[in-house]
Amino acid sequence: MPDWLIVVLRSLLFLVVLFAITKWLGKKQISELSFFEYVTGITIGNIGAEMATGIEKSIANGILSIVTFAAVPFLAGIISLKNKPFRDFIEGKGTVFIKDGKIMEDNLKKEKYTADELLELLRKKNVYQAADVEFAVLEATGDFNVLLKKENQPLTAKDLGVAVAPNKEPQTVIMDGEILDEPLSTIGQSRRWLHTELEKLGVTIENVFLGQIDSYGQLTVDLFDDKLQVPSPQEKPLLLSTMKKCQADLELFALGTEAEKAKHMYSKNSQKLQEVIDKVKPLLRS
Amino acid sequence: MTIASDVKQCLASLKGVEASLSNLSLRTQDDQSKQTLHETMNVVNEIVTDLKKRVGELEKEEAQYKGF
Repeated sequence: MPDWLIVVLRSLLFLVVLFAITKWLGKKQISELSFFEYVTGITIGNIGAEMATGIEKSIANGILSIVTFAAVPFLAGIISLKNKPFRDFIEGKGTVFIKDGKIMEDNLKKEKYTADELLELLRKKNVYQAADVEFAVLEATGDFNVLLKKENQPLTAKDLGVAVAPNKEPQTVIMDGEILDEPLSTIGQSRRWLHTELEKLGVTIENVFLGQIDSYGQLTVDLFDDKLQVPSPQEKPLLLSTMKKCQADLELFALGTEAEKAKHMYSKNSQKLQEVIDKVKPLLRS
Repeated sequence: MTIASDVKQCLASLKGVEASLSNLSLRTQDDQSKQTLHETMNVVNEIVTDLKKRVGELEKEEAQYKGF
């Protein structure tokens, strides 16, 4: 076999081997690269490269070496799951840099970080004043994480005591002009319902690039033609305004009628309707 | 005197509201929201019942308002 063909075949082989190893090790190894896993990753890549181009080297030895370098972190990971002291030894612990708003200078020295570097880490987290920070920790992987003081955190609905409608994840039902049946059945609707909704918007399935359905069953679409404007879903605001109008009408009737019994009935119902309007307003607002 | 046609219009709108609420409640994923919408639909249903009775009375008093 000519040399170039051997190299191509060996490269392909080791690509497959490396891919299989990555899949086997799973997502954790790729995302939480501690120093140990980082180094073994580079080494595995290196061995792969050597094997792909070193025509004389034995393939079996190469694969064996890669599997060993992959198996050890894998086993270490499994043991770490069960045994905390082992986990602390292998993966290390995070170091606290700021606690109760005060910088722990001794910890900084221990990790060999200067004040300049601390400020740089903070800026990476969009913090320009060290005094804004309540708690900050340098993780075992080298990541830096910051908890701001409550007054510096963005305002939430909980802080204001405002009731907001709960929101579940939206489902993408149309992608690239094709209907995805699985998300559609997750929300319990059929293709026929989807076609009806598209008709209501005045578009056909061929015009749609992306279609999503939110947790209230409202369809939003993006069309291939970027010049066309699609109206935003009006169903919920329309429902709310209809209810408000009816409530106002009932009050008018209460004022307009002469029969005592009817007056009483109208005003009672207008109050009832006002109560439910207040209850559903957060749900129907958006 | 309230105009019967106005009352009938309000009745029709409320029936539409009831139907929309029922529809929305079926399509909503979140259980709590489903519950709230369903309760609201029931209250609107009660109001519809009261209004229907009133429309009946109005039609009896003024025969010209019968039907549409």
